[in-house]
Amino acid sequence: MASNSLFGPIDPATDAGYEAAPPRMGFFTDTSVCIGCKACEVACKEWNLVPDDGFNLLGQSYDNTGGLSANSWRHVAFIEQPARAHTTMPAAPQSNVAAARTDVRTGTEPGIGPAVDALAAAGTAGPEFLGMPMSDLPGRSGDGERTDFRWLMMSNVCKHCTHAGCLDVCPTGSLFRTEFGTVVVQEDICNGCGYCIPACPYGVIDRRQDDGRAWKCTLCYDRLGDGLTPACAKACPTESIQFGELDVLRERADARLATLQEQGETTARLYGEDQGDGVGGDGAFFLLLDEPEVYGLPPDPEVATKYLPDMWKRAGLAALGMVASAVVAFAGRRR
Amino acid sequence: MSPRGGDRPMVPRAQFRSYYGRPIVRPAPWREDVAAYLFAGGLAAGSALLAAGGQLTGRPAMRRAGRAGAMAGTLASTYFLINDLGRPQRFYHMLRVFKPTSPMSVGTWVLSAFGAAAGAAAVAEAAPMLPRRGTLGLARRVLPPVGSAAGYAAAGLAPALATYTAVLLADTATPSWHVAYPELPFVFAGSALASGAGVGLIAGPETPAKRMAVLGGGLELLGMHQIETGKGVLSEPYHQGRAGRLLRTGRALTLAGMAGAALGGRSRVVSALSGLSLLTASALMRFGIFEAGMHSARDPKYTVLPQRDRLENP
Ligand code: SF4
Ligand code: SF4
Repeated sequence: MASNSLFGPIDPATDAGYEAAPPRMGFFTDTSVCIGCKACEVACKEWNLVPDDGFNLLGQSYDNTGGLSANSWRHVAFIEQPARAHTTMPAAPQSNVAAARTDVRTGTEPGIGPAVDALAAAGTAGPEFLGMPMSDLPGRSGDGERTDFRWLMMSNVCKHCTHAGCLDVCPTGSLFRTEFGTVVVQEDICNGCGYCIPACPYGVIDRRQDDGRAWKCTLCYDRLGDGLTPACAKACPTESIQFGELDVLRERADARLATLQEQGETTARLYGEDQGDGVGGDGAFFLLLDEPEVYGLPPDPEVATKYLPDMWKRAGLAALGMVASAVVAFAGRRR
Repeated sequence: MSPRGGDRPMVPRAQFRSYYGRPIVRPAPWREDVAAYLFAGGLAAGSALLAAGGQLTGRPAMRRAGRAGAMAGTLASTYFLINDLGRPQRFYHMLRVFKPTSPMSVGTWVLSAFGAAAGAAAVAEAAPMLPRRGTLGLARRVLPPVGSAAGYAAAGLAPALATYTAVLLADTATPSWHVAYPELPFVFAGSALASGAGVGLIAGPETPAKRMAVLGGGLELLGMHQIETGKGVLSEPYHQGRAGRLLRTGRALTLAGMAGAALGGRSRVVSALSGLSLLTASALMRFGIFEAGMHSARDPKYTVLPQRDRLENP
């Protein structure tokens, strides 16, 4: 085993034995532009033929999925929070005409530019009626003072860890590292031992009840092989989910973070980007607007296997203790 | 479902934040088969050591009891291991790789090798029942030495069998198991010795079994004490609810068994009762530890607080 195989920065595909592996691919999920449409959840289910997760009303804002599970490989979290009125939004344009003339970029470079719908812009002069029980879009009227309420939304997914606990402990070799550096379950190998499930520091992978095997996001391994974008990223209308080479994504995320902080979003932070963290960095990382635990993420995850050499040592000592005890028990002349 | 009552999270507030009180790490999907598996494996390992000792020092009754215990433990643990798989008919997929990073893979191989040895040793006990002549007569002469070799082989593997399960639990993100990784192997080693001693004490009040009971029980109690008191908030699950009750009863029974072994003299009845007490204690300990870990995974508090602490006081 090479150094850093259990812990620290490393290129996982090369470490797994691939020669001339393609660049590591991953997701950057920028939660600051997520609108909570759940297109990613739906697209994932459609493409991967993932069964439903029950039809529940959870009373958790707009989240009726609950969390990632064997049957939900993308999960959109909704968090309602009280006042954070420390920032003001740039006053929003008063109409689509104005919108068409201003050039305020709101997403991650090189994300989608501001929408210019020429037809609609030509046809309207004032705020348009959207068929909703309000006459205007939030923040569009007034001087852009923020309300005392904010809504955080975040599309969660398997992190495709550099040091993946699930993969380390799988006793059948069902979980494997792909040439893209992602982590995938082989459904024809998995025997449902369930060990991967408590081993994941993020609580992602799960055993499917009626099927007995472990399931999770594959980062659309089948699509990647054909040079396609994973279904969720393809479906995301705001480019909150960005797919690409991990190195490129990391640069993009740094730039986006700088922009947000400039705009006064001091709570913005990257999560899972740091290769020095407890899992050697995530293949799918995030930009968050609050502490990770608010989104149901562990604040400082660590792969348990980091301590495995130590654990085997302790077990070895205990085993010696057992032998010694047995020797002591039988030592001496028979009485 | 998440631990929610009505629309209010049931976790203590203010000290940490969470997503609607939902768990962060996922509890193992294992049923209590796995706790039973831990006990049966320990029983097999302790019994194999007892059998080898009896064999070496010329105590046939102890050897027989030990071999029987090892065999029964192996059969039971194999059953529990397979029964808890999501796809039991694919059990043999465990044997397509050997992965040192997977304690379950290592353990499956250890259990397989141990099972073969313990099985051979147990079968060899049947030798005196075979006829003296013919092919079976040959077997009657060959079996005892084969059984001896197998018995020693099983004893050689026993310490690995008894302790790898501790690594299996600790090598997870389950907070109260993982944090206990330095002590857990000692607890399991002690518990295995105590249950092996239990088998020996049931067979008769012999000194080695008594010593093994005291040493094993002591190791188990010391280790458990560390885990129950030295892990800050992560010690909590070992005291609360069902886990707490199981562990407290287990401790009392271990103490009783140790006392009976140490002070019981030549009484067969006291010896057998001590043995039973130790066996029950070992089982209760495993179920208690299993349950404590599961509880620590279900409550996000045990994931968030220690990690926050690590971030804020590096
Ligand atoms: S997030 Fe969990 S399931 Fe995904 S790769 Fe990491 S350890 Fe495995
Ligand atoms: S449940 Fe399947 S994928 Fe998970 S560790 Fe066991 S064999 Fe591997």
